[in-house]
Amino acid sequence: MDFFDNHKKLFTTAAAFFIGLTLLVAVIPAFETDKINQPLPGAVPLSPAAQRGKALYVANGCIACHTQQVRNVDMDKVWGKRPSVAADYAMDRRPDLWHNTATLMGSERTGPDLTNIGNRQPSKDWNLVHLFNPRAVVKESVMPAYPWLFIYKDNPAKTDIIVNVPAAFMEGKTGKYVATKKAMDLLAYLQSLKQVELPDGTTAPEFLYKKAAAKTETGAGGASADGAALYTANCQSCHQASGEGLPGAFPPLKGSSVVTGDNLELYVGIIMNGYTGREKEGFGPMPNVGTTANLSPDEVTAIINHERTSWGNSAPEVKVEDVKRFMEAAKLSAGQ
Amino acid sequence: MVLWYLGCATFWLLLGTTVGEYLGIKFVAPDADSVAWLSFGRLRPVHTNAVFWGWCSLAMLGLANYVVPRVGNTKLASYKMGWWALILINLTVVAGSLCLMAGINNAGGEYREYIWPVMLPFAIALVLSLINFLNTVARRKTTEIYIANWYIIAAIIFTIVIALVAYLPWWQNGLGETIAQGYYMHQGVGMWFMLFTLGVVYYFLPQQLNKPIYSYSLGILAFWTQILFYTLIGSHHFVFSPIPWWLQTVAIVGSMGMAIPVIAGTTNFLMTFKGGWHKVSGSYTLPFFIVGIIFYFTGSMQGTAEAFRTTNLYWHFTDFTVAHSHLTMYGIICFFMWAGIYALVPRLTGKEPPQILVGAHFWLALIGLMFYTVPLMYGSTLKGMLWMQGKPFIDGVVLMAPYWVWRAVGGSLMWLSHLFFAYNFYRMVVKRKEVSVAATAIKKLNPSLNQSL
Repeated sequence: MDFFDNHKKLFTTAAAFFIGLTLLVAVIPAFETDKINQPLPGAVPLSPAAQRGKALYVANGCIACHTQQVRNVDMDKVWGKRPSVAADYAMDRRPDLWHNTATLMGSERTGPDLTNIGNRQPSKDWNLVHLFNPRAVVKESVMPAYPWLFIYKDNPAKTDIIVNVPAAFMEGKTGKYVATKKAMDLLAYLQSLKQVELPDGTTAPEFLYKKAAAKTETGAGGASADGAALYTANCQSCHQASGEGLPGAFPPLKGSSVVTGDNLELYVGIIMNGYTGREKEGFGPMPNVGTTANLSPDEVTAIINHERTSWGNSAPEVKVEDVKRFMEAAKLSAGQ
Repeated sequence: MVLWYLGCATFWLLLGTTVGEYLGIKFVAPDADSVAWLSFGRLRPVHTNAVFWGWCSLAMLGLANYVVPRVGNTKLASYKMGWWALILINLTVVAGSLCLMAGINNAGGEYREYIWPVMLPFAIALVLSLINFLNTVARRKTTEIYIANWYIIAAIIFTIVIALVAYLPWWQNGLGETIAQGYYMHQGVGMWFMLFTLGVVYYFLPQQLNKPIYSYSLGILAFWTQILFYTLIGSHHFVFSPIPWWLQTVAIVGSMGMAIPVIAGTTNFLMTFKGGWHKVSGSYTLPFFIVGIIFYFTGSMQGTAEAFRTTNLYWHFTDFTVAHSHLTMYGIICFFMWAGIYALVPRLTGKEPPQILVGAHFWLALIGLMFYTVPLMYGSTLKGMLWMQGKPFIDGVVLMAPYWVWRAVGGSLMWLSHLFFAYNFYRMVVKRKEVSVAATAIKKLNPSLNQSL
C-alpha cells in the first residue's frame, strides 16, 4: 500500500493523530482550567519567607513523599475538612524563568498529606525538632533528617531560635542547635499550608465511597471509638507514645493534673480550642487539635478515657453526654 | 558508535541503580547519612532520571542506530549526528544529576525534575536522531518501511511533542500544571520507552528466532491503538483530584482500551515464538525476551487494573505504584534492552560473553525483581486497607517496614546482576588475548567486514 510505504505520509499521519489527541486531553484542558482559575476569596498569598520555603520544599524533593491533595473520597477526610478544589491551586504559579510551576499534588504518600498541615500541626517547636530529626518525635518515622538546616552553637545568642533537641539526639554535645534562616523559611511555608474556607453559600464537593456502617459495639464510657488509635493519630506526635511528652516542648500527660483531675470542662476545652496556659514553663502553645480534626463527642470521649487510664494514670472514665455538653460550650467560647 | 552508546548506557545503569539501591536502604536506615546532597528527596530523581535518560534512552537509541538502517538495507545517514546526540544526552544526565543533588529542581514533577536548560541538550539530541533516522529511512533500499521503524521513529516524534508540552510554560499555572504533569509522566514512559522498545523487539525477536514476525497486521493494529488509547491515559495518576472529572473518566476508559494493543503485541510475539521454543534452551538472549514479553502483558494489564476508581482507593499513593513502575520499566524495558544488547554486541565484535555469567545476570535480575515487587505490592495493599479503615498514618509506616527490607534485598540482587552485565559487556567489547579462529578467518576472507559500525 502506498500509504504504508511512504514514510512522509505515514509519519505525518501518526504525528498528527498524536498531536490532535494531545491537544484534546492535555493542552486544551490545561488552558481551560487556567482561564477560569481564581483563588478563593479567603486565600492569603504566601509571605516572602513562605515563598522561599516553598522553593526549599521543591529543591529538597519533599514532593516525592508528601501529597497536597485531599481527594474527594472518605478515607482522605483525615487530611482536611473538605476535598481540594481547583481554586486551591490557583496561586501556584511559575516562580521564575528557570523553574516550572511546582507539582504540589504529588503522587506518593510515604509521608502524610500536607494540605492542611498549618492547621493540623502549627507548632513551631514540633516542626523544628521534627525537621532536625523526625525520629526525635516520631520514633517509627522514615523521613530524612535535615540537620544542615540547623547550626550547632555552644553559647547561642538571645536572638537565636533554639531547637529543643532531646538529649538522645545531641550525641553528647552540651550546647544548642539553632535554626537557620532556611529552617525558618521552610517552617513558614509549612505553617502557611491551611485549607481555606469556601465562601458562604458554596457547598464543598462530597466525600465519596463512605464507609458502610459505624461499628455497633460500645467501648469505655459509652464511646464507640478506638481511643488508642485516635491518640496515635492526633496526639502522639507531641505527647509521645509514653505519654511523657518532650521535656522543654510538650508537657507530659502521664500524671498530669488536667488529665487525671475532675475539671472536664477545662480538659475538653484544651482538646477543642488549644491551650497556652503552660507557656511560662517553656511548653509551646497547643493547637486546637479537636476542632481541626473534626472530632466527634464519641471520639473525644475515647481519647480522654484512653489518656485517663494509660501510663499508670487511673482516673475514672468520663461519659459521652458530659463531653458533648462541654464540647458545645467550648465551641461557643471559641466563637467569642 | 553503537558500542559507545551501549557502553555509556551501561555506565548510567550502574550509577543510576547504585543510587536506587542506596535509596532503598534509606527506607530501612533513614539516618544512613546526613549530607544535603545525598538526602532522599534529592537523590530519588537522580536515580529515576539517570536510568531513564542515561541508561534506557541511550540503550534504545544505540540499538536503533543499528536497527533503523539494517531493516532498510542501507547505511545510517549521518554518523556525525549520531555522535552529537550521544554527547548531548550524556551532557544532560551529568549536568542534571549534579543540579538535582545541589538542590536545583525544575518543580518536583516526576521525570521532569531537570530544569529546562539541562533538558535542552537531550531535546536537541532527539531532534538530531529524528532527522538522522528519517534520512536513513528515506534512502532505504526496501519498498516497505519495516514495522520496527514505525515504532522507533514515531516514538521519537511523539517524545519531542511530549517534551514541548511539558516544558512550555503557557498552560502550566495552577491546575494546568497538574494536567500537563499527568500527561507528561505517562506519555514519557508509554510513548518513549514502551513504543521505542517495541520497535526494537520487532527487529530482534524474529532475528533471534530466525523466523518472520507472526503477523504484520497485528503489529499495525497495536501501533494505531496504542496511539489512540495511550495518549488519553495520563490523568489516571490524578483520579479523585480536582482536575476535571470527565478527564479522569477518559483516562480510565483509555487505560481499559490499552488491553487491545497489549494483547495484540503479546499475541504477536508469542506466536512468533511458536515452533521455536526449542531454541530457548540454547540461547542466552531468548530468555530475556520471554521475561520481557511476560512483563509486557502482566505489567501493562496491572496498569489498567490500577486505573479504576475502586482500585485507586487501595493503591493510590502507596508503594504499589513503585512496584508497578519497576515491573514495567525493569521487567519490560530493561529485559528487552539486555536481550537486544546480548543479541547485537557479539555480532559487532565477534566476542561472546561467558554463558554462565549471562545466566547469573538473568537469574539475579529476575529473582531480584520478584523480591523487590511482590512484597511491596502485598504490603502496600495492606497499607491501603489500613488507610481506608481510618487507622493512624504511622501504623502504615510500621506495617511497611518488613516489606521495605525485602525491597532492599531484591534491589541488592538486581544491582548485583548489573555488575555481571557490565562485566559481560566488557567481555563482549574488549579484545582478549586468545585468538578467535572464526573471527580471524572471516577477517582474512573479507577485510571490509571489519569496519566498526
